[in-house]
Amino acid sequence: MDALWIILIGSLVAVSCSTVGSFLVLRRMAMLGDAISHAVLPGIALAFLLTASRSSWIMLIGAAAFGIITAFLVQVLSRSGGVRSDAAIGVTFTSLFAIGVILISKYASKIDLDTDCVLHGVLEYATMNTLVINGTNYGPIAFWQMLVVGVLVVGFVGVFFKELKIVSFDPETATALGINATLMHYLLMGVVSITTVGAFEPVGAILVVAMLVVPPATAYLLTDDLKTMLWLGALAGVISAALGYVIAVWLNASAAGAMAVVAGGLFGLAFFFSPRHGLVTKRLAQRALSKNVVREDALQALWRAGETEKSPSLDAFGLAAMLKIETGAARRLLGELSRARLIQSQNGGFVLSASGRKQAQELVHRHRVYESYLGGLGYASDHTHAPADRVEHHLTPQLTATIDEAAGNPTTDPHGKEIPHD
Amino acid sequence: MDWLDPNLRWVLLGTTLLGIASGTLGAFAFLRGRSLMGDALAHAALPGVCVAFLVGQWLQGRGVLGEGGAKSLGLILLGAGLAGLLAAWCIAGVARHSRLKEDTTQAIILSVFFGAGVVLLTRIQHSGAGGQSGLDKFLFGQAASLVASDVRLMAAIAIVLCLLSFALFKEWKLLCFDPAFGTGLGLPMARLDGVLLLMIVAAVVIGLQAVGVVLIAALLITPPAAARFWTDRLSTMILLSAFFGGCSGVLGTIVSALPASQGLPTGPMIVMAATFVFVLSVLLAPRRGAVARVWRVWRTREKVQRENLLRDWYEVLENHQAQGLQTDVVSLDELSRKRSHNAGGALKQLEKMGLARQREHGWQLTETGQAEAHRVTRNHRLWEMFLMYETSLGAVAVDRDADTVEHFLPPEAIEQLETMLRQIGHEPRLAKGAGAA
Repeated sequence: MDALWIILIGSLVAVSCSTVGSFLVLRRMAMLGDAISHAVLPGIALAFLLTASRSSWIMLIGAAAFGIITAFLVQVLSRSGGVRSDAAIGVTFTSLFAIGVILISKYASKIDLDTDCVLHGVLEYATMNTLVINGTNYGPIAFWQMLVVGVLVVGFVGVFFKELKIVSFDPETATALGINATLMHYLLMGVVSITTVGAFEPVGAILVVAMLVVPPATAYLLTDDLKTMLWLGALAGVISAALGYVIAVWLNASAAGAMAVVAGGLFGLAFFFSPRHGLVTKRLAQRALSKNVVREDALQALWRAGETEKSPSLDAFGLAAMLKIETGAARRLLGELSRARLIQSQNGGFVLSASGRKQAQELVHRHRVYESYLGGLGYASDHTHAPADRVEHHLTPQLTATIDEAAGNPTTDPHGKEIPHD
Repeated sequence: MDWLDPNLRWVLLGTTLLGIASGTLGAFAFLRGRSLMGDALAHAALPGVCVAFLVGQWLQGRGVLGEGGAKSLGLILLGAGLAGLLAAWCIAGVARHSRLKEDTTQAIILSVFFGAGVVLLTRIQHSGAGGQSGLDKFLFGQAASLVASDVRLMAAIAIVLCLLSFALFKEWKLLCFDPAFGTGLGLPMARLDGVLLLMIVAAVVIGLQAVGVVLIAALLITPPAAARFWTDRLSTMILLSAFFGGCSGVLGTIVSALPASQGLPTGPMIVMAATFVFVLSVLLAPRRGAVARVWRVWRTREKVQRENLLRDWYEVLENHQAQGLQTDVVSLDELSRKRSHNAGGALKQLEKMGLARQREHGWQLTETGQAEAHRVTRNHRLWEMFLMYETSLGAVAVDRDADTVEHFLPPEAIEQLETMLRQIGHEPRLAKGAGAA
């Protein structure tokens, strides 16, 4: 039962953080989120000192105030003070965090908060304080607290979705439309602070950053649509929370830390394998493209060999010489083509099969039509081959027909070779 | 606090050198716009610390390292340094190969590495033997735990860092201000940037034990940000930054060693000391400081009010003359009528400066006051004329703050302007320095 509660609390933290964090990532303010999550500490410590209680709403408000103060100080230092904004962020949050740590160490007996827990939280203990009304146990207080924060965050994003979207992508237009960008900035910072405070006890200052930034960044690599990004971010957060808890139990280690690691792992997957933006995906697409180019070149080489009387068939050496590639590569290429039944062996070499002829004819047709077209534009005949060699792989049949017409439906190319037709 | 305690002296030496080294390197990082890199690298060092501890434990178990070898600072610093470098590589790599910018990848790598560190740390702590591993002192720093051999290692690295910064001063100066020019000179700018990053990692790593992973970044960020307020010269700024860093180290260590502050972690105290220096700089720096700025604005406002009053006064006197009045004494009421603001404050100033004096029925300009009123009025009217006919006068570069028109316009132009004023009957005609009566 505890495990379920912990996963539920972790998921609520993850969903709240990633929803509001998406806008931080889009507005390139990830490090400001980092700063705020540190800077709320003195607010939390002061609220502890003043109210001597743990789950107080004063804490939420006090800490939210500190978050907004941070955003404000950073703004003042970098706008009016002439400090670079990154340095302004650094100075502000380290100072505030140091004050918080000093307060907690100084009044350790009064503040029921361990300095280490400030950093990585104690998700495991979140189930110890339960909400009991009239003798009925309604589950951990942390859950209800986080639920309120979550509703607040989702409500905020729901109500101001249009404004947040415009401010994130095009602040100038936003101002022109009469949206107060400064107000939106501080509202967002306030919500970031409240989320941070809510998540502080379960996951601690630095892992709040993980939840604020990593799932949204993962989602950002997967989609271009803001709504999809919000959903994917929340999903990545929930997966991190659940899987992180399982790993933490298995390793007997911090649940919040494990959540951050899983979130990092998901980000890594998106970074390498995202369908459109992934590193490996992009490399594979490039490889497939260049492989296709070599294949098409080989088919044309075999066609040209077939045109000559002397050696209508080609072996690996001949192909390697024509395509200017290694003999080994040429041998592999021939093996591949013959497995695809595009070529067949003949007289110790290879010639095109019926289906291979069809493909090769199409390619040579494109190549020579394009050469004729360039010739018509005034290109010398010895300057038409190289461009045609590059373009032929990308011409569609329709475009080829158009170019053919523009060139006057020639029957031979500028070198006097016949242009094959169906 | 026992000043003779040799351990405290070692600790002081360590934190001072740490402050100086990170102040120096931080200045370059600051100018490169890399201030938060130190923060990311410091957090990312945590898993390195833990892995180094585990490796040390393993080596100790095999008898390769002696008793306590797992806690050897050298090994832990090595682990932290390697983790920091890996993090730096990831931050740059992810930013280059994805559509995320470097600040986002910093936040990602920072938090994920730190999460991994926390997992390792809690695992070591829960595993029994690691209970007294002392690894948690790397979170917030515990200068008291530094022993002589630790400080020797820290000091050696800090000195090497300072000397290298000194040797690479010229190259890094280019890197900060005009990397393209540096490339043009044939300098390997990318490699120089890498060396800077490497040295920042080293500075972060030696501060881990004294200040902790969470706050060591402050030593790289705050002293240079403070130093920037005092100077525009790179060399001065770096020296100041190193000085501020050293001061923060000394101040923080001493305060946290005071019996009254028993148990306060050193790291946050050093950070607060640096913040204290920063706040002083923000307030008190001669030109950029807040006090100097407010003072400047205030002075300017007073001067403007004074000059406005003198001009109004002059115009009142002009009216008197036009109406054939024989008195040069005017009432405060008459002077305030021209503008909505109360002329009282400015009048007091004029009196203090010996430009005006009080009479029985009002106020009178002194001789110098009359001259000043004439000068201000003439200047103002010439200015008005000039702004109206700016294009035909052909003055190109105009310093609009110039006290008098003569400072930026050639005599012929002024003569021309005066003729124009005379044509519209607007030139200040009251005799300079002589009363209207």
